[in-house]
Amino acid sequence: MADDNSKTNLPPLSLHVPEPKYRPGDTVDYSDVDIPSAGDQPRPDVSSDPAIMREMVYDMVRVLDEDYKAVGPWDPKLSDDTLLKMLKTMAQVRAFDDRLHRMQRQGKTSFYMKSTGEEATSVAAAMALHSDDMCFPSYRQQGILFVRGYPMVDMINQIFSNREDKLKGRQLPIMYCSRRLGFFSISGNLATQYPQAVGWAMASAAKGDTRIAATWCGEGSTAEGDFHSAMTFATVYNAPIIMNVVNNQWAISSFSGFAGGERTTFAARAAGYGIAGLRVDGNDPLAVYAATQWAAERARTNNGPTLIEHFTYRAEAHSTSDDPSAYRSAQEREEWPLGDPITRLKRHLIHRGVWSKEQHEALDKDCIEAVKVATKEAEKNGILGHGLHQPFETMFQDVFEEMPWHLKEQSEQANKEREIKWPDAEASR
Amino acid sequence: MTTMNMIEAINSGLDNMMARDDDVVIMGEDVGYFGGVFRATAGLQEKHGKTRCFDTPISECGIIGVAVGMAAYGMRPVPEIQFADYIYPGLDQLVSEAARLRYRSAAEFTSAITVRSPFGGGIFGGQTHSQSPESMFTHVCGLKTVIPSTPYDAKGLLISAIEDNDPVMFFEPKRIYNGPFTGYYDKPVEPWSKFESSEVPEDYYKIPIGKANIVREGEAVTVLAYGTMVHVANAVVEEHGVDAEVIDLRTLVPLDIETIEASVKKTGRCLIIHEATRTSGFGAELSALVQERCFYHLEAPIERVTGFDTPYPHSLEWAYFPGPVRIGEALEKIVGELTS
Repeated sequence: MADDNSKTNLPPLSLHVPEPKYRPGDTVDYSDVDIPSAGDQPRPDVSSDPAIMREMVYDMVRVLDEDYKAVGPWDPKLSDDTLLKMLKTMAQVRAFDDRLHRMQRQGKTSFYMKSTGEEATSVAAAMALHSDDMCFPSYRQQGILFVRGYPMVDMINQIFSNREDKLKGRQLPIMYCSRRLGFFSISGNLATQYPQAVGWAMASAAKGDTRIAATWCGEGSTAEGDFHSAMTFATVYNAPIIMNVVNNQWAISSFSGFAGGERTTFAARAAGYGIAGLRVDGNDPLAVYAATQWAAERARTNNGPTLIEHFTYRAEAHSTSDDPSAYRSAQEREEWPLGDPITRLKRHLIHRGVWSKEQHEALDKDCIEAVKVATKEAEKNGILGHGLHQPFETMFQDVFEEMPWHLKEQSEQANKEREIKWPDAEASR
Repeated sequence: MTTMNMIEAINSGLDNMMARDDDVVIMGEDVGYFGGVFRATAGLQEKHGKTRCFDTPISECGIIGVAVGMAAYGMRPVPEIQFADYIYPGLDQLVSEAARLRYRSAAEFTSAITVRSPFGGGIFGGQTHSQSPESMFTHVCGLKTVIPSTPYDAKGLLISAIEDNDPVMFFEPKRIYNGPFTGYYDKPVEPWSKFESSEVPEDYYKIPIGKANIVREGEAVTVLAYGTMVHVANAVVEEHGVDAEVIDLRTLVPLDIETIEASVKKTGRCLIIHEATRTSGFGAELSALVQERCFYHLEAPIERVTGFDTPYPHSLEWAYFPGPVRIGEALEKIVGELTS
């Protein structure tokens, strides 16, 4: 036994409870955040052994430099058209988020979640995938649906839980699903999509398919067991999958330190599993595209999974139910050292001579107008809390493929209650 | 027909389904090369290949989550959870994901998985190899729960479960893998080969989910049981010479309420038996349903015989187990009301 008779002289143990650097009202100084120069990062071959690329999990893949030029081996050398599509899609997502957030405030639905500042992590990533690769998103990847051409009006119908909502009013707003577009049903439980995505990728591999899977979660939910189970299965079976961790610094009010961010990077989780890991400037759309393209090629050529940490910042509240001014400094957004993904891509395109400030202003107007039109159309199908948009039987359908007796009985009960609770609605039916 | 014990019947069911449908895959701890700690998957990897039957990391969350993803792809995974006691790390993937995927995606995605897991005690497995957690799953809307009691039923029900487009919890009473158990723990175990229900066709056949089996017809009292307890109930009924109607539920969700209702209305008495702990056990649901539907036909209070509300003890296993003494007393009490 290693008992120490002098232990009474030892200082007492102390428990470390992480604390973010800045709280409301604090002056923010990010000069200690290590931001490597764009273009400095090596681009290993997609078949590289993860062991020889361990440094990359502490580095940061960056393509756009201070002058908004694309530099270095990670420059994906995209065409003007592709970059313009990327810019327009991100601008559309932002305009959509702004308006739908306001509509929640106007009482037209119960809930909304913006992706402001993080648009590149879904838009640029989805653009680097094949259109039939399967996405297992978390709740802030609406950008994928925009890339894949999901109609805004269908998104808004879902947000309003109205009679045209393809999910029959069953899901919380923004928990979209589209099998046709390879967009898995979003769960409100965190990181559950991670092992599911690995399972889908394993099935694709077992079947000799060519499609790969991609999944997203926040840095906060990397603490879930599901994340680690998924990493284990991904490495064990060399699954063709891209696992994205969107490190936006905040999990509601808990800063990344509560997921271990004080000690190491999230990309570094990959090293422990022997998985290729990349840490990427998440506000650099070209870097996000390039990293995703690299990982997709790696997966598609049976070289296995990649974990990508997108270093970004949640510029707005977690959701409409959250008020970040209660726990973080408002200066954080302004001082964020990696800027804003839309602004950076815009300036890059202006630098390339294919875009202008005036064109961008016109684009913003068009985006706002397009959301307005879609919103008006969706509103015709009803808004949440105003009217009974779905037949009551739909509440009991799809629990099972065939409705068992006990649900039939409960369905009858619900319809009887309807006549008592909403006699007017019944009359106008 | 071949004589099979329950393990062999389950193996045959899996083998049949793997041969019929390329989308059926088996995964779990030790199920591959080794063939499972109870041998349920013996020979399947060799016969059907490593990508159809494979070992997994020790991660029930991963096993179920990966199975849900494979099902979303279009496969029919049959994950094995080595002991039902180990299933809890996978609970979120079952409760929040597999069970609700059809509903939340408006049927765009489904979870056609069959989770096989040995459950129940009577094997000196201690508190982590003996539990009966079935009622936790019957409480979850979107899951079906199936429990066989014979080799013949095990194969037929398992094939139905695998073909079912909804997630099915398939709990296998491991005490009766090798032979039916009557509850008389001090008597030698008789192998399945001595019983008719071990006559199992080698080919494909199905027993429908949601249909109970009246294993003994009678007039005096209805006994509701499933899994191991069907055999214990039968033995006690015979020993006491009671004209009981013993119903093997086979499926807890969806429940065969018609068979239960008709029987209780006929006998006027209902004894419910399960090995699981008592409070909020499935017996509570059965008791409520019988009361709601058969109250005016009841001639005696409904009786429940269950395990005690303690963890499954190791050395005092037979004190815990709801065996012949506990069942016998309840049976005498409920039929004793006849003459009072």
